[in-house]
Amino acid sequence: MKKITSTAVGSLIAIAASVSAAQADKLTLYCSAQEDWCQLMARSFEDATGIDVNMTRKSSGETFAQIRAESSNPKGDVWWGGTGDPHLQAAEEGLTMEYMSPMRDQLHDWAISQAESAGNRTIGIYSGALGYGYNADLLAANNLPEPACWKDLLKPEYKGHVQMANPNSSGTAYTTLASMVQIFGEDEGFEFMKGLHSNINQYTKSGSAPIKAAGRGENTIGIVFMHDAVKQAVSGFPIKVVAPCEGTGYEIGSMSIIEGARNEEEAKKFYDWALSPEAQNLALQVNAFQVPSNKSAETSDSAPDMSQIKLIDYDFKKYGSSDERKRLLQKWDEEVSTLPQ
Amino acid sequence: MTDRTSKTTHQVLIFWIIAGWVGFFLLPWYMVDGGLWSFEWLFDGYPFDEDYAPAAFLIAQGEKLWLAPLLIALTLPLLVLKRAKSDPLYARVLILSGALGFGWLIAQGFGIGIRGFNFNWLEAYFGELGDRQFGMGYGAMICASSLLFLLTQGIAARGAINGDVFVVSAIGGVITIVTVFVFFPIAKMLFAAFVTEDGAYSIAVFFSKFFDARLWGLGCFFGARCGAAWNSLFLAILVGFVTTVLGLCFALVVTRSGFRYKRVLRALTVLPIITPPFVIGLALILLFGLSGSVTRFVAELFGMQPTRWLYGMPGIFIAQALAFTPIAFLVLIGVVEGVSPSMEEAAQTLRASRWQTFRTVSLPLMRPGLANAFLLGFIESMADFGNPLVLGGNFDVLSTEIFFAIVGAQYDQGRAAVLAMVLLFFTLSAFYAQRVWLGKKSYTTVTGKGDAGVHPLMPTGLSVPVLVIALGWAVFTIIVYAMIIYGSVVELWGVNNSLTLKHYVTAFSVRFEEEGIRWTGAAWDSFWTTITIAAIAAPLTAAVGLVTAYLLTRQNFAGKNAFEFGTMLSFAIPGTVIGVSYILAFNVPPIEITGTGVILVVSFIFRNMPVGVRAGIASMSQLDRSLDESSLTLGANSWQTFRRIILPLLRPAILAALVYSFVRAMTAISAVIFLVSAEYDMATSYIIGRVENNDYGLAIAYSTTLIFVMLAAVGLLQILVGRVQIGRRTQSTTETPS
Repeated sequence: MKKITSTAVGSLIAIAASVSAAQADKLTLYCSAQEDWCQLMARSFEDATGIDVNMTRKSSGETFAQIRAESSNPKGDVWWGGTGDPHLQAAEEGLTMEYMSPMRDQLHDWAISQAESAGNRTIGIYSGALGYGYNADLLAANNLPEPACWKDLLKPEYKGHVQMANPNSSGTAYTTLASMVQIFGEDEGFEFMKGLHSNINQYTKSGSAPIKAAGRGENTIGIVFMHDAVKQAVSGFPIKVVAPCEGTGYEIGSMSIIEGARNEEEAKKFYDWALSPEAQNLALQVNAFQVPSNKSAETSDSAPDMSQIKLIDYDFKKYGSSDERKRLLQKWDEEVSTLPQ
Repeated sequence: MTDRTSKTTHQVLIFWIIAGWVGFFLLPWYMVDGGLWSFEWLFDGYPFDEDYAPAAFLIAQGEKLWLAPLLIALTLPLLVLKRAKSDPLYARVLILSGALGFGWLIAQGFGIGIRGFNFNWLEAYFGELGDRQFGMGYGAMICASSLLFLLTQGIAARGAINGDVFVVSAIGGVITIVTVFVFFPIAKMLFAAFVTEDGAYSIAVFFSKFFDARLWGLGCFFGARCGAAWNSLFLAILVGFVTTVLGLCFALVVTRSGFRYKRVLRALTVLPIITPPFVIGLALILLFGLSGSVTRFVAELFGMQPTRWLYGMPGIFIAQALAFTPIAFLVLIGVVEGVSPSMEEAAQTLRASRWQTFRTVSLPLMRPGLANAFLLGFIESMADFGNPLVLGGNFDVLSTEIFFAIVGAQYDQGRAAVLAMVLLFFTLSAFYAQRVWLGKKSYTTVTGKGDAGVHPLMPTGLSVPVLVIALGWAVFTIIVYAMIIYGSVVELWGVNNSLTLKHYVTAFSVRFEEEGIRWTGAAWDSFWTTITIAAIAAPLTAAVGLVTAYLLTRQNFAGKNAFEFGTMLSFAIPGTVIGVSYILAFNVPPIEITGTGVILVVSFIFRNMPVGVRAGIASMSQLDRSLDESSLTLGANSWQTFRRIILPLLRPAILAALVYSFVRAMTAISAVIFLVSAEYDMATSYIIGRVENNDYGLAIAYSTTLIFVMLAAVGLLQILVGRVQIGRRTQSTTETPS
């Protein structure tokens, strides 16, 4: 027993010492991009500035929930990455802080319009278009035709082969829902979702899970952001990426400073740094194929060429607002998800 | 004699008075930034800076004046220092100051929060406060303990429990922490179910969330989906039943058959307990998924179309049966061994056949074990989070639904609270049903009289199917674990099956530099946090559990039954529910510990405490009371008796509690996933993140490492605590050749 006590005390002292030794400036970063990208951003910022970064990676929905839960007593400083809707929603609820970065004039127009629609409480850091990918081996094994349009996915031969995330838990899937409503109009858009529903084999909880399952051969077609599909293809999985012929919606990955941040100065430093070309070029090291928002940042050859894709005029303000979101999700819950498959 | 006792008691009193003064005058009253172990405050404006000031300095500067009344409660006891313990005034003053001080501390903590007054009626009565306060820190914590123990000393001085200060204080302490960390969060969560979007309370909100098709729908009878509540209930009953049967088969093979490799079987049953959850799920996907090796093999063999049958109910069921059968086995083995052979011999002497003996004597005597095993399987299945997350498909269960109600884009804490209530209702009902079924019948067969004898073998008609089932299960388990190891060393599962160690390198690489070792692997952060938290939580869990067990077996006091229920309650509460309720309760002052390591430690202590209590009760009831009595007669007080007599004899129980809580702290996911933060990420939540990212190689490599670390830790604990033989008896082993 004595030995245990002494080891326990020993370890306590060790922790105390290690924590109190490092009392430099620090920053708590909530990251909603992929893990390795988050790690790389955190470490590179530490190297660039000497500020200690505490990083947690959670999906944008989870992070938004956390920021809201902590709103009376914020623990995080900066929220970097993840689809733009929850960032807009956070801005709308006053959970994030207004900030004009000196880096703004180096950015693409879409990044700035994202900021303007949220009263400068958020800003675009990358963008990616919605689409789908399929496992070419499985498609061939099942003798299925290659799909090229959204409407192709409604064909009965794809029954049980399509996967998408649940719009209630995933920003990607909500973007899909909102895009269909904007491409086909609300009524026809919901008809499309109903038709799709009968071909869906599973609504996953996380946004990129469908294409990952497709990569592993556990699913045939996954509706995801194209850069996620490209990433699976580059990792060596037999994935083909499709930019649907009717046109498609897109996301703007965003960044916000949390209102009431405990380390506001450091948060601003990170914000400015994350908009610089050097920081945005880091994406290529971790196979993140989104389009960066800084005009002089490099883009990858494997990235989907945004100029070749038919992009719709996505109304971020309308479809990012809580009310519209709630309405669409409820309608989807009631009219689509309860149907037999 | 009287003189001496009163003097020792006063020493305790003086100690707690001084502690209270230190807490009030020297330590920072509020939670300091940077966690419990950061001592930055010592050099940063202490003691005058508002964030770090002790209560006394705050009051002296005219701030937080509502703390001032505490000073009276801390001063009053000084008046009775010179009085004898038997003086009624002594007891009265201590009770008064303790109760008032403690009560005031709690009242001000809840009354005044981060935005001034917490309740509208307070504001209506006193007007706007214009000030606020954050969570309690060292000062407040120590002050609270001081006041609490002043109160218990007062109660003891009035003659409760024969004036035994240690016992009264222990009871007071356990009641307080169980109230704070079990009842308070649960109550808070129950309230959250009634909150509308604008923060008002309404019954209608509760009903609209409760009568939801996603919860109670019966669509699965018409081709659509069933509600999560039915799914969970159905799955849990099935899993509870099947794990009990499998566990019984195993126990029978080990105790009542001539099977040669019992040891191997026993070793296998330990494996799933030290396996992080959902790892089994991953292995099942690699075997039986749409592109799993077995699926492809069978599909080629029979020319069938592979399907996604694994995702949903079948997959979760298989994974849970694999994971929880060993738990049922461990419960049943004690009971099956415990059935006294003399009863069975008596039956056989009366010319019962083997089969009759088994059916009418052995099996009924195993009822408590069967009920316990079923209950455990049921609760574990209800609470399981990892496997449904990986294998769930469209089969929604309560535990994952709770999680996604909190983290999903809809972010509905009320819905999570309602779902958690349904889950809690199911587990508590099972708990209750088990008690009713066992009834008040006596199952005692070990009487203390010599019962040498050997268990009869199973009847042949039974032993063949039992052996086949047990062996089949064992082979399956071995395949699954072989798959786990294999999965951690292949490049990219299913696409590129060349062997590599790169996942281990990514996770656990180190670099030797001039300043020393740099832990460059991606997994190190969460790994060290997990080890540290598990190592801190394990001894605390054992301590709380054993003290509680001591009170339950050795002391009699009013409300003992309620006390026992309270301490066992957290056992029936699924981890997801604990996670949700902790977030709701501890994200705001007065106790503000979300995002720290403390909340993880605390959640582990109260999740795993019941096992410590049970282990302690079991071994303590084997120790004869005459041991305590002789110690007390020789003049030791109850603390000395506990410390010198009982504790050393409890080593097996201590070991069990330590091992269990350490292992659980390393493998738990359901509560943890809500409580991890940037600084304190745990291994299991990190692994879940990798799984979500399609990084199966890394996830499995990390899990495999954890399995070996736990094996090592369990061995180390055995050496540290030591194996002792208690008493003159040696354990009767059934493995002796018969």
